Order: sequence, then structure tokens, then C-alpha cells
Amino acid sequence: MGREVPQQQQQQVALAVEQLLAVNPYNPDMLSDLENYVNEQVSSQTYNLDANLCLLRIYQFEPDRMSTQIVARILVKALMAMPSPDFGLCLFLIPERVQMEEQFKTLTVLSHYLETGRFSQFWDEASKNRHIVEAVPGFEQAIQAYAIHVLSLTYQRVPRSVLAEAINIEGLSLDKFLEHHVANNGWILEKGHGRGQLIVLPRNEFNHPELKKSTDDGIPLEHVARIFPILG
Amino acid sequence: MAAYDYEDAPGTYDETSATQRQASSGAPPSQDLGYDPNFVPDSVKSFVVHLYRHIREKNVYEIHQMYETSFQTLSDRLFKDTPWPSVDAVAHYVDNDHVFCLLYREMWFRHLYARLSPTLKQRIDSWDNYCSLFQVVLHGVVNMQLPNQWLWDMVDEFVYQFQSFCQYRAKMKNKTEQEIALLRQFDQAWNVYGVLNFLQALVEKSMIIQILEHEKEGLEQFTATDGYDYNGGSNVLKVLGYFSMVGLLRVHCLLGDYHTGLKCLQPIDITQQGVYTTVIGSHITTIYHYGFANLMLRRYVEAIREFNKILLYIYKTKQYHQKSPQYEQILKKNEQMYALLAISLSLCPQVKLVEETVNSQLREKYGEKMIRMQRYDDEAFAIYDELFSYACPKFITPSPPSFEEPLVNYNQDAYRLQLKLFLYEVKQQQLLSGIRTFLKVYSSISLAKLASYMEVDESKLRTILLTYKHKTHAVDTDGKIISNADVDFYIDDDLIYVVESKPAKRYGDYFLRQIVKLEGVINDMDRVKLD
Repeated sequence: MGREVPQQQQQQVALAVEQLLAVNPYNPDMLSDLENYVNEQVSSQTYNLDANLCLLRIYQFEPDRMSTQIVARILVKALMAMPSPDFGLCLFLIPERVQMEEQFKTLTVLSHYLETGRFSQFWDEASKNRHIVEAVPGFEQAIQAYAIHVLSLTYQRVPRSVLAEAINIEGLSLDKFLEHHVANNGWILEKGHGRGQLIVLPRNEFNHPELKKSTDDGIPLEHVARIFPILG
Repeated sequence: MAAYDYEDAPGTYDETSATQRQASSGAPPSQDLGYDPNFVPDSVKSFVVHLYRHIREKNVYEIHQMYETSFQTLSDRLFKDTPWPSVDAVAHYVDNDHVFCLLYREMWFRHLYARLSPTLKQRIDSWDNYCSLFQVVLHGVVNMQLPNQWLWDMVDEFVYQFQSFCQYRAKMKNKTEQEIALLRQFDQAWNVYGVLNFLQALVEKSMIIQILEHEKEGLEQFTATDGYDYNGGSNVLKVLGYFSMVGLLRVHCLLGDYHTGLKCLQPIDITQQGVYTTVIGSHITTIYHYGFANLMLRRYVEAIREFNKILLYIYKTKQYHQKSPQYEQILKKNEQMYALLAISLSLCPQVKLVEETVNSQLREKYGEKMIRMQRYDDEAFAIYDELFSYACPKFITPSPPSFEEPLVNYNQDAYRLQLKLFLYEVKQQQLLSGIRTFLKVYSSISLAKLASYMEVDESKLRTILLTYKHKTHAVDTDGKIISNADVDFYIDDDLIYVVESKPAKRYGDYFLRQIVKLEGVINDMDRVKLD
């Protein structure tokens, strides 16, 4: 029981904000509700891009009311939403002089490494900036999920060392991690030629292009319907 | 920044509005010289009397004629460089009708913005007039039937004047003390919350989203009647609400909020014809902003598809608009969209999505530049910069200025930020062009071999391949992954396999069209009577 109460409260905050947004998405009085909601998203590991964009919009309209701490949290949450382009969407709304601040420069560099698939550099940089990323629970896991997403688009079988570098897990922890995915997500481990292990990633239409549904072959009913009068 | 000067962009669409804006050559015409706001020529008297009568009689056809043709003709003949007579001077010819006077003033200001440069006081007065007009509409006391063209122009002009005000206000350096005092005093005029809330209120009050939903289920007619109401009701609120969704898309694009902009447009199905396609200005504005937002969201295929469709449409129909007051804007937007198409295709070379006519126009205009854009060197970035600056919306900073000395101009801040972030994206993709070239000529190749060809080490090559996959797979509004990839490949351990993407032959479509054609021929032959 003791643990359910805060969860209920969290849901209420989320619900209240969503209702406010639905009633009027352009209401400056929502500022503090939206800021609280950002903190709520951080602690409850949830995410609502629309609400966060709405808050950035109010900051854009009234720069004096901007809290850079909240902006930083929104941006970290946006990084965690990769592969969605949310981080960029947020930057479009944040004035350039604010983006020049050190913590935002760091986040932009982190985003750049993720956007260009440079995971080892990303993890290096992240470890140098623990104070920024560790403030948001679930950060590592979210980035690992993104790394696995891109690897799954690209590889049928990925060498263990490549995976290890991308998700920043090695040795025994990696064994455990793999075990988990073998059991739950259909990963298969194989012996590679020579040194390392190979991991067979689940099939999808991007790493097995032949699975791509050829929608082009189908004819929508509306089109056929056009010739019904003729056929009759 | 490129040689292209954004500030002096010659007559971009957004500087001009729905009605024709003539670039005032030479000295700006003086507004008060020889202009008597109380003098009403007979032709104007007759114009307002007839327009008023047609509006009362709900004669949409005549209203449209007077609005589109007579107003332009009179403006050209009598008010080339002066405003129309003041509303007070014409009011008694129209029973001092409150709503008619608001409509008259709306046109009065539109004409003023188009041909002269409005003073700050006039900008504020025009805002007040829009407030009164929209209040009247929102409170449902309007019982008129107005042409779609006019209703579109209202929304279009409202957003244009907002954008124009933001640009004007952001140039603080040369403001007089008097102007600054006025800006402080009327700080609610063209306030961004006010603008957004009016558009939003029109969308909500009109129930347009529900109406479009009902129409899908066959419970209501809207698109089928082009938004008009043939049961004695008024189309004004409904259609204003409808066009306000496009207005919201545009405002959000001006603010750099592409995600929210597209969300506002969602109730309109742009894969179909709709009321937005009944007015050429609305059609173009919708697709231009829709395409631009998708480009910024990296949904290149979607952007290419829609630009292709509208450019083909303009190519086929522009001759019919030659006499329209919007003709200049149509051509201008046409050129800008070719530039955006050139950008989209350079980042996502899927030429097969582009129709032949559009493609040959594109090659003619940008063929040479597009080849240089593939090189991803400094010169290439300069071209991306140039095309973006030429074709982007006129971004605005919505917040009021700081009135503290020294006064600074900030009218380019928003544009610079969007440009910078866009070029950043281009730079992240600069190595992809090289990858494409190689992948196209191999069906399989080892990572080691490709790495040596590209003169990078193997782990660097792996990151480039990941980048290619990430950048060519966008996330759509529902969170689904959509592929924009022109070349498909996958890696198995350390071998790359390339999958040739054959253009799917659309047999079904082809046969359907042939069947319809044949039927037409047979019908024609049946009609021929042989004696």
C-alpha cells in the first residue's frame, strides 16, 4: 500500500497536466504545473514530449521565466527518447545564447555522438559528466536501448565486441545481459570464426530487407471501386 | 554564413501576403499626401452598397466577384498608393452595420499592408480590428456566407501581420521614443498568446475537428460542399476554424516548433483533396509548411512526396492563375519549394519519387548545384546554407524586446538558430554520400575492404554505417520506424550485403487506368453514329 500512494499521485499529476493541455495548450499559467511535471517524469521514468514542448514554448515566449535546470532535464529526457528526433526538436526552441552554456554544450556533444553512431565516444563523454546524466534515472538503460535499436537496424549478426562497445557493458555483466536477452527477446549466441562470439539479432524488415512488405503490390479497394460501374 | 543575404531576400512570400504586395520602388509613397480619408468616390460608394447587399442576400458568387475582381480593380485605379476611404466615411452607406464595417476595415488594412508601409499605430489598430472581428465570429452572431477565398485570406493575413509585427518589433535600433512608448503601452497587441489563442478558439468553437470526423462516417457534409452551408446556415465560423488549423501550422513553423505544427494539421487529411485545396493560396501554404516541417524532422520521403505533388499541380495549373492577385506569390513559393526539394533529394536521393516533369524542372534550376551538394565540402555547405536561407519560412522571435539601453536588433536570431541547427544536421550526414557511392556498386563487400577504399579504419566505418541506418530511418508520429533509405543493406558479422531496391512496377494501377481508358474509348465509339 505504502508504495502505491505516490504512484497514484504521479498519475494524478500527469492526468491533471494532460487535461490542462487539452483545455488550452497556449496558457501561460501552466508554467509551474509543467515544470513540476518535468520533475515528475524524471522521478517516475515516464515521458511526455508534448507537455515538454509546451513548456519550452512558454520559455520561448517569456524568456525571463526560463529555468535552465528544467531545460537541462528536458534535454536529457529527450536524449533518452532516441531514435526519435526529440532532442533536435527541443533545441529548435531554445535560444542560442542559452545553448552556449556549458551544460547544454555537453548535452549537444552527447547528442552528436549518438546521432553519428559513435557510442564509445559517447560513453567516455557521459562518464566525464556524471552530474548531468545521473540526475535522471534510467539514462543508461535508455541509451543502451537506442544502441540496440540501431544495431538491430544494421546487423543480422553482430560481433560481441561491437555490441559491448555500443552498450558499454563488458565481461560478466555482458554475459548476464546477453542471457537476459536470449531468454526474453529472442537473441541467439553463436561462436564466431576465430576470436569472439556473434550475437544473432532478431529479424526485422530492416536487417532482413526481404521481409519488407511490398505494399506496392496491393491495390486499395477505393481504386478498384472506381471501375465497379464499368465491370457491372 | 553564405553570400545570400536573408534580410534582403527579394520579396519572399512571407513578406508579402495573400493580396498582392507591390514592392514600392524608390521612395515609399506618403500616406497622407493629398489623401482625404473622408472622401468617398462614387465607385467606392457603389462598391460598398453592392457588396453589403450581396452579403445580406448570401449571394456567394457575387460576393466573390466583387471581392476578387472589383476590389482589385478599384485599388489599382484609385488607391494605388493611398489607403481606401476610412470606415467612418462609408459606414452610413451600409446602415452602420457593425460586422460589415469590421470586414471593410479588415480589407482596408490588408490593402494598406500590401501597398504602403503601416505605421505602428496602424499595426495596433489592425490587431484591434481582428480582435473585434474574431470575437463577433466566435460568439456566433455572424449569419453570413462568405467565399472560401476571403476566409482564407483573413487567416493568412492575420498570421502574416503577426509575423510582420514580430519582425518590425525586433528591429529596435532605429525605433523612435514615441514608438517605444507605444510598444510599451500596447504590449498586448499581436501578443503571441493572443494570436495562438484566437486561432485555437476558432478551431475549437467551430467544432471543425468533430465535423471532419463525422464526415468520415458519412454523418455530415463539409468537404463535399467545399465548406459552404446550403441549408441557410453560415459557413464563416466553420471555414475560419478549418483554415485556422493551417494558420496554426504556419505559426508553429515560424516559431521552430515543427512537431506541434504538424499536430495541429493532423485533422486535415492531406493525401486527399479537401477544402484546403479549393483556394490555391491555402493549398500552397499548407503543403509548403507541411513539407518544410517534415524536412526538419528528417522525414525526407514524406517531404519529397508532397513537394513533388504540389509542384506538379502548380506546373499544370499555373496558367489559370495568371490574372490572379496571387500569381506572384504562387511563382515565388513554387521556386522556394524547388529549392526545398533540391535539399531533400540531396539528403535522401530518391529521385524515383519525383515525377518526370518536376524532375526536369528541378534539374534545370538546381541540377548543377545538386551535384556540388553531394560533395559535402565547404562549398557544398555554402549551397545548403544558400538554399535553406532562400526557401525557409521567415522565422520570428515571439518575445517582446528588452527596452533597456542599448537597444539591439534581434530580428535575425530565430533564423540564425534554425539555419545553424539545420546545417549541423547536414554535417552529421556528410559521410553518407561516400557510403552510398560504394554500396551502389557492390552486392556484398567486407568491412575491411570497404574501409580501405574509404580510407577509414574499420571501427570508424561501422559508425558511419550505423549513422546511415539511423539517419535514413525516421520515427513517424505514432512512433513507428519508417525507412527513407535509398540503398538497403545489412551487415552479417563483417560482411556487408547490399539489397538492390528494384522500383516496384505498379501493374495493378496501370491496368486499372487502362481499363478506364478503354471504357472511355468504347463509350466514345458508341456515341458515333454511322449513317
